[in-house]
Amino acid sequence: MRTIKPVQMRSPVLTVRRVDTYHAITVVAPGVAERFRAGQFVAVAVGGDTSSMLARRAFFIHDVKPDYGGTVEFVFEVRGRGTSWLSECRSRDLLDVTGPLGRPFPLPRDPVNCVLVGDGHGASPLFPLAHTLRRRGCRVDFVLGAAGAQRVFGALAARRVGETATFATRDGSLGLRGRVTDALPQVIEDARADVVYGVGPLPVLRTVTAIAAKYGVPAQVAVEERMACGIGLCMTCVLPVVGDDGVTRMLRSCVDGPVFRGEQVRFDDVGTIPFDALGAPGWKARPDDSASTEIGQ
Amino acid sequence: MSVDLTARLGPVELANPVLAAAGCAGAGRELAQFFDIARLGALVTKSIMAQPRSGRPTPRLAESASGMLNSIGLQGPGVDVFLQRDLPWLLSRGARTIVSVAGAHTGEYAEVAARLSDAPGISAVEVNLSCAQATERERTFAAEPEAAAEVVASVVAAVRPDLPVIAKLAPDGADIVEVARACVSAGAGLLAMINTIPGMVIDTTTLRPGLAGSTGGLSGPAIRPIAVRCVYRVHAALPDVPIIGIGGVQTGQDALEMLLAGASAVGVGTATFRDPTAALRIQREIEEGLAEREISRLGDIVGLAHRPEGAAGLIRTRSRRAVAFD
Repeated sequence: MRTIKPVQMRSPVLTVRRVDTYHAITVVAPGVAERFRAGQFVAVAVGGDTSSMLARRAFFIHDVKPDYGGTVEFVFEVRGRGTSWLSECRSRDLLDVTGPLGRPFPLPRDPVNCVLVGDGHGASPLFPLAHTLRRRGCRVDFVLGAAGAQRVFGALAARRVGETATFATRDGSLGLRGRVTDALPQVIEDARADVVYGVGPLPVLRTVTAIAAKYGVPAQVAVEERMACGIGLCMTCVLPVVGDDGVTRMLRSCVDGPVFRGEQVRFDDVGTIPFDALGAPGWKARPDDSASTEIGQ
Repeated sequence: MSVDLTARLGPVELANPVLAAAGCAGAGRELAQFFDIARLGALVTKSIMAQPRSGRPTPRLAESASGMLNSIGLQGPGVDVFLQRDLPWLLSRGARTIVSVAGAHTGEYAEVAARLSDAPGISAVEVNLSCAQATERERTFAAEPEAAAEVVASVVAAVRPDLPVIAKLAPDGADIVEVARACVSAGAGLLAMINTIPGMVIDTTTLRPGLAGSTGGLSGPAIRPIAVRCVYRVHAALPDVPIIGIGGVQTGQDALEMLLAGASAVGVGTATFRDPTAALRIQREIEEGLAEREISRLGDIVGLAHRPEGAAGLIRTRSRRAVAFD
């Protein structure tokens, strides 16, 4: 699957709004909106042209609309100086945006049953996915979770769009008390799921993948790794991923992901270079296997 | 006014003085999504080694004020895949290509350089001397004049005589002027400086180093004054050796600083992460900056900061006119 070329543009901010504990910014970005597919993200330069913050911030695209030639909305939480600056942007400010970036969620060919799992505002890319799946006749069930009710993103939309919407919060303020993955097995069973889509921190995705595997259904997971450029140059966002050829490579989340097949991500080895990864220290090319020297996909 | 942006770097002549610096432009494919990479002065590839290499674990990135630290560990496909897959593609796009080579020991540099030497179309080989010597973990080749010279000599011996060799130097370790002299004596026709500077951040939440590799290389505008000083000193010592100035160049004005210090061209690295088209913008800004100063040839500004104060200058401020008062 070849992704469509991204664009870089100066995008006027249309709106900045609070969504519970999160912020959502909508920018006018026709080139991004028209190319977008669910699961893709934008990388935003923060702090203005003379910023001391050099790395772009990556955000999943939550929504695109045809207004003004095409608008793009992304959701974020204020976690540091960059996101704090963004939260103070106002209508008509200009943001330097590149996108849409990354490989989107693969879509099932047939109208199957899909369970969409999201933790915190990681749920944001699940909504455009849900709309696309629904248009293809798929059944969509949501499982959303977070620390507390205020941090569950998109509960209303999930109820509206999903066949069912199940919630889990660590403090029990909405839905089940527990983690989002605690609620997942029952939903997979009730919905007779054929595929699970997940977004959230790596530990959540690891559990989502394990549960899906237990039920014998594929998991497509989108990772939220830190990156500097979002376009494949900086090599900071790599993960150990097993290819179809059985070889583990350190793949870039930004261009080889952010969506991976869950069972191909070596979650337990994140933060390490697995000894058998292509090009790991001590690694030797097998003379009979020239294909395995290919880095990337 | 029209400005001649040709960068004359001894044996290498480039249509313009802005290069994509090694390690920040991959092998061109990613940037080509945003602009025609043939418009770069040249593209310096990410360093190529003999074998595929997975690099260091994550986290590999830490931001600091006006800088960033990286700890990638030279992840790359190895010279075989580079020659089969990446180089032909780069050349097919008309990109002026300088190939950066790296190694754990002198033999690896020479091995990679020899493989490249047989491939047509390469404009120069750049020797990344900021690799840890396999024998002495903490020291890089760039940190010691003898070690650097040995690597450069082995690369020079391994490549065709007409393939220029660029030694890429680092600001830490031995005096950069001594390392530069040693590399030139060993046969480097050009110098590039500087590489990243070792640095460290500590995560105050986890109470641990912020990078999995503990230390990383600092790049970005935070290191530009250090780079300018290195270029200035090396140009003063070796005025006939062309220099590619690298380190925190983000704007045309930053580039002019490098040129004034004695660089004949500039490399743009970290700026590309924030702005994929930074190199083209900087080209345009250099052209505008030269025109504003009524300098018609890029070469005329190289090293101008070395003039003694008050010396008759080439630089004229635009349309200064005598003002008569009553």
